[in-house]
Amino acid sequence: MRRYFARKLLTYFLTFFVAVTLDWGIPRLMPGDPIAGLLSKFQLQPSSYAVLHSSYTRAFNLGEPLWRQYLDFWRALLHGSLGTSIYAYPDPVTTVIRHAVVFTLALLLPATVLSYLAGNKVGAIAARRKLLDDTVLPFSYVLTATPYQWLALLLAFVLASVAHVFPISGGFSYSLVPTLSWAFLWSLLTHWFLPFVTLFLVGFGGWAIGMRNLIIYELDADYAHFLESLGAPRRLVRKYAYKNARLPQLTGLALSLGTIVGGAVVTEIVFNYPGIGWLVLQAINSEDFFLLQGIFLFIIVGVLLANFVVDVVYVLVDPRTRIGLQEGTR
Amino acid sequence: MSLDVQNLVVAYRTLRGDVRAVDDVSFSVADGEIMGLAGESGCGKSTLGNSLVRLDRTMRCLGGRALLDGTELPLSDWDAMDDFRFKKVSLVPQYSMSALNPTRRIGKMISEVVRSRKIRYKDVLPELERRLRLVGLPTDVLAKYPIELSGGMKQRVVMVLTTLLDPSLLVADEVTSALDVSTQRAVGGMLVELRDMGIVTSTIVITHDLSVLVQVADSVVVMYAGKLVERAPTATVVDAPRHPYTKLLIASLPEVGVRYAEHVLAGIPGHPPSLLDPPKGCRFADRCPLASAECAVEPPLVELESGHFVACWKAS
Repeated sequence: MRRYFARKLLTYFLTFFVAVTLDWGIPRLMPGDPIAGLLSKFQLQPSSYAVLHSSYTRAFNLGEPLWRQYLDFWRALLHGSLGTSIYAYPDPVTTVIRHAVVFTLALLLPATVLSYLAGNKVGAIAARRKLLDDTVLPFSYVLTATPYQWLALLLAFVLASVAHVFPISGGFSYSLVPTLSWAFLWSLLTHWFLPFVTLFLVGFGGWAIGMRNLIIYELDADYAHFLESLGAPRRLVRKYAYKNARLPQLTGLALSLGTIVGGAVVTEIVFNYPGIGWLVLQAINSEDFFLLQGIFLFIIVGVLLANFVVDVVYVLVDPRTRIGLQEGTR
Repeated sequence: MSLDVQNLVVAYRTLRGDVRAVDDVSFSVADGEIMGLAGESGCGKSTLGNSLVRLDRTMRCLGGRALLDGTELPLSDWDAMDDFRFKKVSLVPQYSMSALNPTRRIGKMISEVVRSRKIRYKDVLPELERRLRLVGLPTDVLAKYPIELSGGMKQRVVMVLTTLLDPSLLVADEVTSALDVSTQRAVGGMLVELRDMGIVTSTIVITHDLSVLVQVADSVVVMYAGKLVERAPTATVVDAPRHPYTKLLIASLPEVGVRYAEHVLAGIPGHPPSLLDPPKGCRFADRCPLASAECAVEPPLVELESGHFVACWKAS
């Protein structure tokens, strides 16, 4: 067991190293000059432009040779620093991400978990009731095949633009200053609702279809037929099928929980919701290497952690993996 | 008279029509008898055996009936059949290796199955443990997951579980097919022991392997294309078969001491007919070396001598 986890950890560290290196390199392959982008916000004389440009380039260490930048990047990273954001200059990247991550988590965590729970329940029921299967299944297929931005636009149009039930954009009303008041919380909640519903509905369709298909597969497995030949009631057969069908779903859940910190790019953009996904767009638009790196690093760590959790949880819930470990076959 | 099957017809529903995999088959199995059910793939032997315990949703019973100890089995009524399954009729499936739920400890699974049949697990546990020891398994297999057992061990667990409630009828479907020869012998021996100890009253052993039947069966039923073609005591079937199909089947078996490099193993040329639209008359006529004009009419099952039934115009 210990050897198994030691080997897993080694794999994770290697993956982390490679991913971080790519994370550092990819933004630098983007065409354009981030400092020029930053300075274009100011009205500058050509002479002061040149001075500012060289001083900013020095400040961000962009004049150094690449290998140097790379080493500096690792050194700063190990000290917990991701540099200064160009887009939100002069805020450090960690602060910018911290503000956005709160919105993203508040949005995606409930959307993912609730759609997982509801989708699995409904999918499992659909697998055994013809009528429900005939209605839920096509509905779920439509939902899961719906592009987020399309559903988001539809909801925004109907419920915000036309009916004025919900606000159309932002994380909270611009006329409010963030305080711990009922008015502010209410504003947060109403702004949160539409992006949440978008993510929930699309996710729900996928989970429901997955669970339904898995249950039907399990109900046709040999052990299910054997139980039937022993006269076991349907309740028991279904209980077993449900428990076994949950395992692949659980993997899916953990993986999507891992990518949560990456935010929901298109949905957040449609609703102008100030989460990580929206921040990605801002970082790209202003060629903010450091912010983009920081966000990607966040996603890398999230995915790796989630994978690790899946490994551990699987060992706990599925005897087949556990026994594989004891025999040292894995 | 333990099991009495009368004119049973079982069909699979397909888009192109009903496929009668078991067509008007009658036979009976006495108390304490082990009856072998033989024939090549697709002859309907598994369908026949399975329909007595678990008539699949894809199958339909189109006629006939099966009486067990004088009570008619409600073959087509899934829920009513549940009263008989496990307690009166039991099935050792073809897929014993994968018959146990992989994510449940074996003891836990058995306790849940037993309890779902309104029987207290505590009441059967001593007997369960005794029988596990009887087939040479340590009782701690109950604390294990199926993956921790070898194929042969799983097979034995499944056999102990299916016979736990002393069924009147046990259907063993190709139980030896996936095993090596020595394990085959052991499993065959178990079937005989289960009968000898009175745990199982009557047994139907389905197999395509006649040599297994020679070891365990008292009598043999040979099926061809959904029809029963010959039924006789095992020795008679082996030494003095009367139906041409049975004769060819026996002739296809390898013999000890014969070198088949020089002596090509016979086999039966041709294929069984499609059951979607079976030929009129004798279904074996196309492949039969003795076939003649009279075979265009279906031959009835005739008792040539006591206990020896044959459906062939050429046999009498």
